[in-house]
Amino acid sequence: MIAPSPAGRDRPANVRALSAKDEWEETMIPGSFSYHRPASVADAVKLLSDLGEDARPLAGGHSLVPMMKLRLATPAHLVDLHGIAGLKGIRRDGNNLVIGAMTTQHDLLASDEVGKSVPILNEAALLIADPQVRYRGTIGGNVANGDPGNDMPALMMTLGATYRLEGPGGAREVAAAEFYQGAYFTALEPGEILTSISVPVPPAGHGYAYEKLKRKVGDYATAAAAVVLTMAGDKVATCTIGLTNVHETPLLAADAANAVIGTSLDATSLKNAAAAAEAIMSPAADARGPVEYRKHVGGIMVTRALQRAAANTK
Amino acid sequence: MNDMTPTREQRTAALEGMGCKRKRVEDIRFTQGKGNYVDDVKLPGMLHGDFVRSPHPHARVKKIDDSEALKVPGVLAVITAETLKTVNLAWMPTLAGDVQMVLADGKVLFQNQEVAFVVATDRYAADDGINKVVVEYEPLPPLIDPFKSMDADAPVLREDLAGKTSGAHGPRKHHNHIFEWTVGDKELTDAAFKKAEVTIKEMISYHRTHPSPLETCQCVCSFDKIKGELTIYGTFQAPHVIRTVVSLIAKLPEQKIHVIAPDIGGGFGNKVGAYPGYICAAVASIVTGKPVKWVEDRIENLTATSFARDYHMTTEIAATKDGKVTGLRVHVLADHGAFDACADPSKWPAGFFNIVTGSYDFPTAHLAVDGVYTNKAPGGVAYRCSFRVTEAAYCIERAMDILAQKLNMDPAELRLKNFIKSEQFPYHSALGWEYDSGDYHTAMRKMMETTGYAALRKEQAEKRAAFARGETREIMGLGVSFFTEIVGAGPSKNCDILGIAMFDSCEIRMHPTGAGIARMGTKSQGQGHETTWAQIIATEIGIPADNIQVEEGNTDTAPYGLGTYGSRSTPVAGAAIAMAARKIKAKAQMIAAYKLEVHEDDLEWDIDGFRVKGLPEKFMSMKDICWAAYNSVPPGMEPGLEAVSYYDPPNMTYPFGAYLCVMDIDVDTGVYKVRRFYALDDCGTRINPMIIEGQVHGGLTEAFAIAMGQEIRYDETGNVVTGSFMDFFMPTAVETPHWETDFTVTPSPHHPIGAKGVGESPNVGGVPAFSNAVNDAFSFLGSTHIQMPHDYWRNWKAAKELGAVA
Amino acid sequence: MAKTHVTMKVNGAEVEGLVEPRTLLVHFIRENLQMTGTHIGCETTHCGACTVDIDGMSVKSCTMFAVQANGSDITTIEGMANADGTLSALQEGFRMMHGLQCGFCTPGMIMRAHRLLKENPSPSEQEIRMGISGNICRCTGYQNIVKAIQYAAAKINGVEFREAAE
Repeated sequence: MIAPSPAGRDRPANVRALSAKDEWEETMIPGSFSYHRPASVADAVKLLSDLGEDARPLAGGHSLVPMMKLRLATPAHLVDLHGIAGLKGIRRDGNNLVIGAMTTQHDLLASDEVGKSVPILNEAALLIADPQVRYRGTIGGNVANGDPGNDMPALMMTLGATYRLEGPGGAREVAAAEFYQGAYFTALEPGEILTSISVPVPPAGHGYAYEKLKRKVGDYATAAAAVVLTMAGDKVATCTIGLTNVHETPLLAADAANAVIGTSLDATSLKNAAAAAEAIMSPAADARGPVEYRKHVGGIMVTRALQRAAANTK
Repeated sequence: MNDMTPTREQRTAALEGMGCKRKRVEDIRFTQGKGNYVDDVKLPGMLHGDFVRSPHPHARVKKIDDSEALKVPGVLAVITAETLKTVNLAWMPTLAGDVQMVLADGKVLFQNQEVAFVVATDRYAADDGINKVVVEYEPLPPLIDPFKSMDADAPVLREDLAGKTSGAHGPRKHHNHIFEWTVGDKELTDAAFKKAEVTIKEMISYHRTHPSPLETCQCVCSFDKIKGELTIYGTFQAPHVIRTVVSLIAKLPEQKIHVIAPDIGGGFGNKVGAYPGYICAAVASIVTGKPVKWVEDRIENLTATSFARDYHMTTEIAATKDGKVTGLRVHVLADHGAFDACADPSKWPAGFFNIVTGSYDFPTAHLAVDGVYTNKAPGGVAYRCSFRVTEAAYCIERAMDILAQKLNMDPAELRLKNFIKSEQFPYHSALGWEYDSGDYHTAMRKMMETTGYAALRKEQAEKRAAFARGETREIMGLGVSFFTEIVGAGPSKNCDILGIAMFDSCEIRMHPTGAGIARMGTKSQGQGHETTWAQIIATEIGIPADNIQVEEGNTDTAPYGLGTYGSRSTPVAGAAIAMAARKIKAKAQMIAAYKLEVHEDDLEWDIDGFRVKGLPEKFMSMKDICWAAYNSVPPGMEPGLEAVSYYDPPNMTYPFGAYLCVMDIDVDTGVYKVRRFYALDDCGTRINPMIIEGQVHGGLTEAFAIAMGQEIRYDETGNVVTGSFMDFFMPTAVETPHWETDFTVTPSPHHPIGAKGVGESPNVGGVPAFSNAVNDAFSFLGSTHIQMPHDYWRNWKAAKELGAVA
Repeated sequence: MAKTHVTMKVNGAEVEGLVEPRTLLVHFIRENLQMTGTHIGCETTHCGACTVDIDGMSVKSCTMFAVQANGSDITTIEGMANADGTLSALQEGFRMMHGLQCGFCTPGMIMRAHRLLKENPSPSEQEIRMGISGNICRCTGYQNIVKAIQYAAAKINGVEFREAAE
């Protein structure tokens, strides 16, 4: 029997695997765990490696703590990343915006640099959860936990971002587009944590839009689409499209993007783009609507995001 | 008179009596976090209890193994049905005449049913214990669709009722049947349909939803073994009823039970009933000798404690072709879940659903309600509603729109044509009620004029034409709703709960300094009784409201009352307050006459005291009379100034209102936007307009949520898929529309101050307004009825089925 | 499970306690500190009744562990009145504009509005609605809460409060 989870969805497989019990219990109090608060990434990595699969890193906690309260997640150790000073902050590094993993959605919204160079992040952050959650919720947690409902992963894929992962074997960079393997399954290896995100700054004057259909503030997207494009005259020169919550992982809709490149976003191209995007969607039926509806509005989000992005190019 | 003498206006204003937008006295503590809610109650040595619940909707309980749980540090006891049987409490009676398992006895009948109660030193240990209780289930086929409840091969849900061919409300037709309730003249109604020029028929569903106040249901039970006394702090809308029920089922003397309802964080009907948590906490306290707290979490609240609605109403109207209604026929299939735990007055298995003729002059009507069992949570509470009035109002208001569509008439015009006329009151309805008063035409016309109804219809016609031309993908709907409520349960001739007549009460004690305390049998859950009850007294006896302390919720001190729900507080307790105040005033008049050395008949009341007729300078203020009551009463009179009133209302009250919702819907996504919502309410005399407006805002917000998505939804396997605030639609400030309020005043002729009650009107009238707006938007595409809730995907589905979306 | 010693500043006073790592901050405030103004409404981070102010942020204290608040500066509803004990502008606004009914959401709502006005002293109606969208109220329909916050903003800014035209 599948029970309602705080996210209103079936419990994810790997969370279930963490639970010692096979049967869901109605509780709202987390199980016991040991708390660790390392002061450096090296210490965090060492803790996570030494403690093995019984340990989980804790960032903003707004996905993990509700799961723990329902005892859908029962880690024996929590490694709180809040004590690591170097993990927070936004800086410009050449043509990249580098965002520390523990930077909160609120920090993103407050950052002039983000608003100036990658405004779509600002727009999307405002659509995540609610004000209180945005004070605590981190961009690292949002992109790293593999929840297909999270908004930032599709954006990062659209922007061509790379994630810096640090683990017992050292640091490595993984493209956002290569990171997501399944619902709650990512390229993170045991002991690894995501420490920062590097976002190539789109060209000046680019158009962008994140269209998210949701039932209310605090809900996950019924479907959402991110678009970043450039125009050459009245024709689309470059275009990238990302999709949120319409598949077990975030998606890059390459065919949809190709369908509009070189066009002036006429009705036929838009229709083709929507159809190409819908073709790769496989959302679950849930309280947000049946599969057919979620795909249909997914296509509409693509259309609207393309139109709005084209309109706000400079 | 010198300049310092207050004017009559100043004296009246100083009272802050009826009609004043008095600021609430409750807010001083609530805005500082100094409310005292049940979970704030902490008693020495207090333990905490929590439930092991069933993941299955229907299963046999083969074995409960608590051995590992009892080893968990802090866990003291695990209570099961077997434990409860030793005190004969494994089952409890429901308010509706059924019985309900307190803890699973051999079987579970709905998901999240209470199976065992773990008692521990704190809530953390209790939840650790829950995790270690091992329950072995044998799943049985679940019955989820109420339309299949009475199939020949439907699984038997209630094995305890085997062989029982009748229940509390008459014969049972099937093993999953609870009752059939019929009202009205069937022959006459059938005849009206036979000769009708026009008829409509539609199955109108009002989905299962939940009141979900922000504070869940909770209690602290403390049994004193030495004194043999049980004290219960609880989230109770009706504390005295709880005391009596506990006394009857636990066989404890009623004077040894102390029920205290402290501040309550919203009720909306959720906190009327008696739930297993209360019984288990009480038993746990008796077993352990310690106070035991039970606090429900939100998922438990949504999935196990008292749903509302779940009525499936096949509705037919007969009419002439020029739009005069001639008959109404309704059959309701009522899904009661696993136990019939409806919180209705005892003789009313479908509440006051027979108000379904609404505001219209139906010459004849017939109603039949079949209640059935399913594998869902029990309940059937009146979610901001006077016992199934919301379902009735939705049914008739939707049906009138369907009739208007068939007749090609404007829905407002059809209503105006069929309203009960003001000169027809008191009006006897075809289904047995005596409507006390109303002026429907005035209210409806005021709504139409204020909103510019005709212009909105014109705009709608233009938008429809533009939609047909492909110039817009947006459609516009106007949702008209004109509701008549029946509230103030109720007269002893037809209303009781477990045999106790549904009166209410007030006791007023005036102190020598001109201050006083008033206690009632009602219990505010946010309605502001501490503020408004004092206003009634202020106007009645001329003592400033600030000098009257209002106290509710303690059964040791308050006079017996039936509590607060069904918009009954103002119609019933409000009357008791006025009557008690008038007893005070009558005695005060005798004292004043004695002190002023005149005959009582020579005195006249003047705002805040008595004046000798024709001698304006001979005046005695109520404040001075209070003092005199304690030192110089007339010879032979007892000193003191106190009164009690138990008020048995002669009739219900019938608030009404005219609402309009203007909505735009994007057919491609189903996303709607409430452009405008206007609510005109007539609740008779208005005690505190500020509080009335607040009640209307809140009720409309609930109506908005219900109509547009708030649903307790089960999948076909019996799993609740809307069990948290993520999926149970709970609008925030962003989704919630702006509300416009208005009013007319038609006082109740039989109520001492003419008041009718308003708390529930906006929920009752609001749901049909929203639903009619959606249905009106789609009607030109060929639909007659789209079921609630009207969330985005269902709107899109409707558009698709009507061919508006490829 | 071994308990951890925590210290923090709550409403200006240093407090300390022994907690299990899993102790939620809201339970520490309500049970250990016996400050019961902070409420629990949903447990799943949706309703905002448990909102407190931590180091300049509005936080839902049901979704944070007490150990995580070690060393922080917290304000709860009990710390919101003026120093002389009178109602602060927000508290007064909620009362004057009838921005509460059952009072259960009110502490969280006021704590959220407090931080909102610190960051945006003159918010528009839409900004207020967005700003309190992490807080659910079941009674008021939000309209009078919006007015209450506008009232407080005007009072803090020293300008005359004009009710929005109906």
